[in-house]
Amino acid sequence: MDLILEGIKKAFWLIVTFDPEVMGITFLSLQVSGLATLISLFIGISTGVTVALSRFPGKRIVVSLINTGMGLPPVVVGLFVTIFLWRNGPLGFFGILYTPTAMILAQTVIATPIVMGITLAAIQQLPQKLRLQILALGATRLQMVWILIKEAKLPLLAAVMAGFGGVISEVGASIMVGGNIKGYSRVLTTATVMETSRGNFDIAIALGIILLLLAYFINLILTQIQQKTRVR
Amino acid sequence: MIKSTTILEARNLEVVRGGTMILNVPSLLIKEGEVLSLIGPNGAGKTTLLQTLSYLLKPFEGEIFFRGKKVETNHSVLEYRRKLAMVFQEPLLFDATVFNNIATGLKIRGMKRGKIRNRVMEQLERFGISHLNDRSARTLSGGEAQRTSLARAFALQPEILLLDEPFTSLDPPTRDSLIEDLEYILQQTRTTAIFATHDRLEALRLSDRIAVMNEGKILQIGATGEVMNHPVNEFVASFVGVETILTGKVIKQNGGTFVASIGGQEIEVVGEVHLGETAVLCIRPENVTLSIHLSKESISARNVFQGRIVKITPLGFYQKVQLHCGFLLVAYITNHSLEELSLVEGKEVRASFKATAVTVMRRGRGEKEKELV
Repeated sequence: MDLILEGIKKAFWLIVTFDPEVMGITFLSLQVSGLATLISLFIGISTGVTVALSRFPGKRIVVSLINTGMGLPPVVVGLFVTIFLWRNGPLGFFGILYTPTAMILAQTVIATPIVMGITLAAIQQLPQKLRLQILALGATRLQMVWILIKEAKLPLLAAVMAGFGGVISEVGASIMVGGNIKGYSRVLTTATVMETSRGNFDIAIALGIILLLLAYFINLILTQIQQKTRVR
Repeated sequence: MIKSTTILEARNLEVVRGGTMILNVPSLLIKEGEVLSLIGPNGAGKTTLLQTLSYLLKPFEGEIFFRGKKVETNHSVLEYRRKLAMVFQEPLLFDATVFNNIATGLKIRGMKRGKIRNRVMEQLERFGISHLNDRSARTLSGGEAQRTSLARAFALQPEILLLDEPFTSLDPPTRDSLIEDLEYILQQTRTTAIFATHDRLEALRLSDRIAVMNEGKILQIGATGEVMNHPVNEFVASFVGVETILTGKVIKQNGGTFVASIGGQEIEVVGEVHLGETAVLCIRPENVTLSIHLSKESISARNVFQGRIVKITPLGFYQKVQLHCGFLLVAYITNHSLEELSLVEGKEVRASFKATAVTVMRRGRGEKEKELV
């Protein structure tokens, strides 16, 4: 019990004094996961909408693949991204293994199917006739897609939350492709794993609390937006 | 040019889905300023026709001409579609305010803000929903939502308005007031409209011409009165509200009138047929008069029959009376008359209708007519 109390006390201290190392780790976490989420939004929403609106043979298989992708184990993603970025791998010439860039790449791979899957479902649950109505109002295909995305904004905000939540809390891929290098590619999750294994519970708890708070505040903001649009 | 310019022409429209032809319209002409109703049961092809005419349903065979110009390339389809507006059975509003919903089509066209504002305000007022301006479309009642949907269409000042059963999901009082407003607005704006409905009374109120559809085909198209009173076949007859359809042999023929024998009774009809031919007679229920005085005198109608009431069905403001007088005859009478004549099932009454109130179809003629339309 003492262990936890001591840990919490230390954690509190680290946070309120803006410990430079903890702050650096936090900032990098936000940066990596934020960018990965942003990229996955572009890819996920555009692909999700395209798949939702088009008819082609084998669509069901594609949809089931996307849905499976939503539960992609980070460790597997980490494994394959590592193989691809390995010195002799297909993308080895980039030389980005064990860099934050590699982590962004891996996290994008994790978040994209999540955003894609939710987008797909969100667009498909809109009434079929809404598309006809939009076209009947004189919209071009691009204008129609834009209006549909606006119509699905609430579930799409959920996609943002789910995507970001998925990658900020993910540890497997980050540690594999980032290498948990101090001051360079160390993020909240990888640092927590390392400190815990070393027995430095106080720092681990501090990092854990920060991670929880981060996840909470980001979701709080998005939920605010979501609920505000709902009430109107 | 005279008043009745052709605004829209369709030729050889055919839509095939799953091996079945769900629309087959060899020719359709819409005149500028007219309101054409498409009536028919569910699945008759009304929606398919409207969606094909607006290029929303692809692929299809055939050609569409707007003001004489063929619509074909992608560019001309968009241009053409921007001259139309369509209102569906569901309001299909966007998750936005009423104002922004009505403004959507104008924004799509890249209209300036100030101009959009004026147009939207005009429609809000016209449809009596100015007070809902800032409300979210999600909070509207069914009637308010459909008004918004109509306002959104009218804001585009369409050259042709397509209405796909816009009143079907509304409750009767809401529907009545909305139809009344639409009737007035259509008259005022002289908008050309094609209006699909399965309710012939709605069609009667709003339209200049009626097209009766079934199984993807137009069975009959013509002026409202023409179609209502002179249906070309039994399907059209029953759909436009003819309750009594009788088949009998022509036994007498006498310059402009003839007599047909049905169930041992003789019915006199105005019309040209040949002796010995089989004729199908249509009698609208509102043209049949009932009386409890059983003598034949003081009645000008040629066809007078005595019969027994077999069934009385209340239909709201009036009653449907079925009687057996050698054949089954249906009459509509008001609730008041039913009470006054104290009609009950089993009672003997006398039914009469004029020789001119009977519409004749020759057996089989309707089938041929289908091909001609």
